[in-house]
Amino acid sequence: MLDNLSLLTIAPIFNVQLLLDGLFIGAIFALAAYGLALVWGVMNVKNLAQGDFVIMGGYIAFTLAEWGLHPIIGLPVAFVVMFAFGWIVYVLVIRRVIDRDLFTSLLATFGIAIVVQQVLNQIYGPEVKTAESGFEIRSILGNQVTVADIKLISFLLAGGLAAAIVVFMKRSRMGQAIRATAQDPRAAKIMGIDTDRVYAFTYSLNAAICGAAGVLITMIWVIQPFYGITHSIRSFVIVTAAGFGNLPGVIMAGLGLGVAEQYSGFVLGAEFQQATVVGLLVAVLVWRQIQQSRIRQVVQ
Amino acid sequence: MAATRRTLVAATALSAAMALGAGSALAKVEGDTIILGSAISLTGKYATNGVHAQNGYELAVKKINETGGVKVGGKSYKLKVVYYDDESTPARGAQLAERLIKQDGVQFMLGPYSSGLTKAIAPVTEKYKIPMVEAEGASRSLFTQGYKYLFAVLSTSEQYLASAIDLAAEIAQKEGRKPQDIKIAMAFENDPFSLDVRAGVMDDASKYGMQIVIDDKLPRDLSDMSATLTKVKALKPDLLIVSGHSKGAATAVRQVNELKIDVPMMAITHCEAAKVTDKFGPGANDILCSTQWAETLSYEDEMFGTAADYDKLFKESFEGYTTVPYQSAQASAAVMVWKDAFERANSFDIEKVRDAIAATEMDTFYGPIKFSEAGNNIAKPMVLRQIQDGSYNVVAPSKWASHPVNYPRQASD
Amino acid sequence: MNVETRRLGLYGLLLGAGIFAPLVFPAYTSQVAVLWIMILFALTWDVMGGQMGYNSLGNILFFGAGMYISAVVQIGLYYDVGEYTSAFGAVKVDWTMSQYLTGIAVGLVAAAVISALLAVIFGWIVFGLRGPYFAIGTLGVAIAAGELVSAWEWVGAGGGISMPVYPGEPDDRSLIFYFLSLASAVATFVFLRWLYTTRFKLAINAIRDDEEKAEAMGIHTLRYKTVAWAVAAFFLGISGAIFGNMIGFIEPLEVAFPTVTFGIFMVVMSLLGGKGTIWGPVIGATLFHVIKEVTWTHLLGWQWVALGLLIIVNVVYFQQGLLGWAQDKWPELFGIVVEDRDRAADGSGGDDAGAARRAAE
Repeated sequence: MLDNLSLLTIAPIFNVQLLLDGLFIGAIFALAAYGLALVWGVMNVKNLAQGDFVIMGGYIAFTLAEWGLHPIIGLPVAFVVMFAFGWIVYVLVIRRVIDRDLFTSLLATFGIAIVVQQVLNQIYGPEVKTAESGFEIRSILGNQVTVADIKLISFLLAGGLAAAIVVFMKRSRMGQAIRATAQDPRAAKIMGIDTDRVYAFTYSLNAAICGAAGVLITMIWVIQPFYGITHSIRSFVIVTAAGFGNLPGVIMAGLGLGVAEQYSGFVLGAEFQQATVVGLLVAVLVWRQIQQSRIRQVVQ
Repeated sequence: MAATRRTLVAATALSAAMALGAGSALAKVEGDTIILGSAISLTGKYATNGVHAQNGYELAVKKINETGGVKVGGKSYKLKVVYYDDESTPARGAQLAERLIKQDGVQFMLGPYSSGLTKAIAPVTEKYKIPMVEAEGASRSLFTQGYKYLFAVLSTSEQYLASAIDLAAEIAQKEGRKPQDIKIAMAFENDPFSLDVRAGVMDDASKYGMQIVIDDKLPRDLSDMSATLTKVKALKPDLLIVSGHSKGAATAVRQVNELKIDVPMMAITHCEAAKVTDKFGPGANDILCSTQWAETLSYEDEMFGTAADYDKLFKESFEGYTTVPYQSAQASAAVMVWKDAFERANSFDIEKVRDAIAATEMDTFYGPIKFSEAGNNIAKPMVLRQIQDGSYNVVAPSKWASHPVNYPRQASD
Repeated sequence: MNVETRRLGLYGLLLGAGIFAPLVFPAYTSQVAVLWIMILFALTWDVMGGQMGYNSLGNILFFGAGMYISAVVQIGLYYDVGEYTSAFGAVKVDWTMSQYLTGIAVGLVAAAVISALLAVIFGWIVFGLRGPYFAIGTLGVAIAAGELVSAWEWVGAGGGISMPVYPGEPDDRSLIFYFLSLASAVATFVFLRWLYTTRFKLAINAIRDDEEKAEAMGIHTLRYKTVAWAVAAFFLGISGAIFGNMIGFIEPLEVAFPTVTFGIFMVVMSLLGGKGTIWGPVIGATLFHVIKEVTWTHLLGWQWVALGLLIIVNVVYFQQGLLGWAQDKWPELFGIVVEDRDRAADGSGGDDAGAARRAAE
């Protein structure tokens, strides 16, 4: 472990590689996490099927690649398909758990996660899949650091998509309705906002965002029907750390998580990469708890 | 009220008993069909190779049934395999083995996929004295337990990458370097099989005095190993070894190219199963792949013909294969061992069949099969193939090599 | 008194069925043994989830901990653990019968006690979390535990541990573990049934209904929460130790800390039967196990899809569970005998506040 640390100080160039890889992948984490922050903040649903929506998007890109299309076309396709899928899931399940206690939404979405991954497994088989973008891989800084174009492109796409969503939330009628509902659903209802439609839209938008993130993941990492759970956990880590009303926070936490994973893999070894993610989750929760108890004491 | 509750409980218990009672109609031999049983991974982390193995079993069963079946006591029997999905978890595997034996009355077992599952199931078959011919559990620890009813057609795990280490030492000597100067980077999945291969590599490496500079364990949900590979880039080892079933192979090949990792030698397992040549094309070139079997080897039998014939038949029978994974070939070989043993025992008596299996000495398309006292196949070697321009060529050990090894590996651009 | 005798009769009947099941249906011994473990799972989950309103998704932690503690104790009594695991089971160790049985006995006790201690320690970390944060936090702790054990070389890391092999006859072995499972489930049931007649139950019900008020009433909530989790952990530790020996080969992610299978099953089983009751988890576990075994046989490949749908339907449309549903339908049947238990369980606020007050006094 110390050897690896000293390696980073002797040859600091590798920090650049780790940072870049972490930031590129972190942007995609942030994208999926933003979707979670949306449903969490607006409808108070903790969507444990988050990661499985990501993986579904990945399979859409993979399918397009199988048909001879470029997987990047999967981005709009997955967005639309997953939006529709999100709507169906909302009508069948989520609508019925919104008003229930929070644990219900956790369990119900967990059930959805199981169904999604198992159906994917039946259709595509359990083998790992990838979709090759075929883009250039650049070497920079004297061949010591490589940047795959696809990572750069997906970084920009993730950023662009996030920006588009922000504009949508600020400017469009639906976006305003969503924000109004998040602030006070009862008041929103009285003002004539169809909150049920807002919820349906929010949940579908989340699914669509996840689908887009999945398309990007497939071109950078590999996917498999059962990989959803790790992506879900990542989203939860990011949102719990950042809080859900806080887009800059989500982005920072997402990028930070990407970098943290890379560094823990490098310094501690790959076997600790996932332990780091869940460890961070617990640490963040406990830290929040300490903060809260401090507030409680102040009030007392 | 107690009455109602009692009724409720009684009803639950009754339905439980009925549900469990259904389904135990099978026996070891039904009419003219011999029933073999297997718990195999159809879902979960081993499912890719589980399905490869199941295809191998099915192909051999089909072929045997088409070519006259199994002849015992002058009568011809068909083979049939009962499968359960063990979900790639040892806990489930052990339960299912018990279920196959005790409820379904299966008395002849085929193995599951992976060493972990075999480790879980072997104690069960052993305690009921049910012979099991397995094709996918390579851990050498399986063969130090004194099991009497466990037979494996494949080579054990410590042999998997032994020839890669030998090859590295050989090349070093040719270049005038000492094997002690060779630096090895290793990344093994954190599961029983891969850790067992790792133990074999460690032994071989320490035999030559090679240095191990990276020793990472890859997580179960592996989709990124770029941090490990960045370390490889920093430390410039002479040999990079990755073993993590299909996903390990796919991830390694992709990211080695993406990070332009320039190692002179790279050896991985499960290349064929991960279909790396289809997925990554030239990016997979010059990678060394250890394999239990290759269709270019000169093995042959009467039923399937040569290894190449098997290869052809398999591709015709199942869609989506451009290379036949050895996991399938050895599964087929396991079924052939059963046929051979039944015919030589000329009986369905479990003990007689077991003794017949123990005395197996046969040539198959998969290679010669002869079991040691411990139950592992000692007649067949592991071979090392290199992906050269998209095709797999055997490069080591020298007895089987058809092509010279490309060294050093060229990082593709 | 008639009711009391009837009830005793019922218990006797069930216990008798449990004892004679493996003798009458020897082929199903291991499946029924797993059923007892499942019942134990559901009962222990309900202590926190049903009675106290703390929905833990990480109780599987103690199952895995118990399994590993027992394994280390059983091996460590007579052998060097590091040496045993580093060989990945390649060393063959023959255990004499007395060594084996001593190992199991000591292992069970250690598993139970240390698991309970772990609950105290982890409780200190997670009990400040409320509602869904508690669920996510406990899930995180359980997953992290699995990951850390699989990076820990001394206990075999991801390679797992081959448990000591029973030196006697195989059928005796399955009977031993069958009766251990049965005994642990019965002990859990009896203990919880007694526990639920004490003030303890009133206090944890009060925590479920309104923690702040309960605290204001003078209930030391953290202490009650810790004890409740420790009770669950105690029995889960035992079940882990038994299960590990029954399986014979343990490894961290799939066998010891199966967070997304067993870890979730315990929740679903409690909900299916009706949480917050003592019979609900038992019935839920039984039904769930039967459904699972049947679909596993007849729906090969789609069994998990069926299970996922079952969870969704259960949670979304039928969350009160079987007993809850029966209670709604025929309240008079539940009103007579089980007033003390099930009334409290349906969570009518006034009653419980009173109960809490009594408990606090």
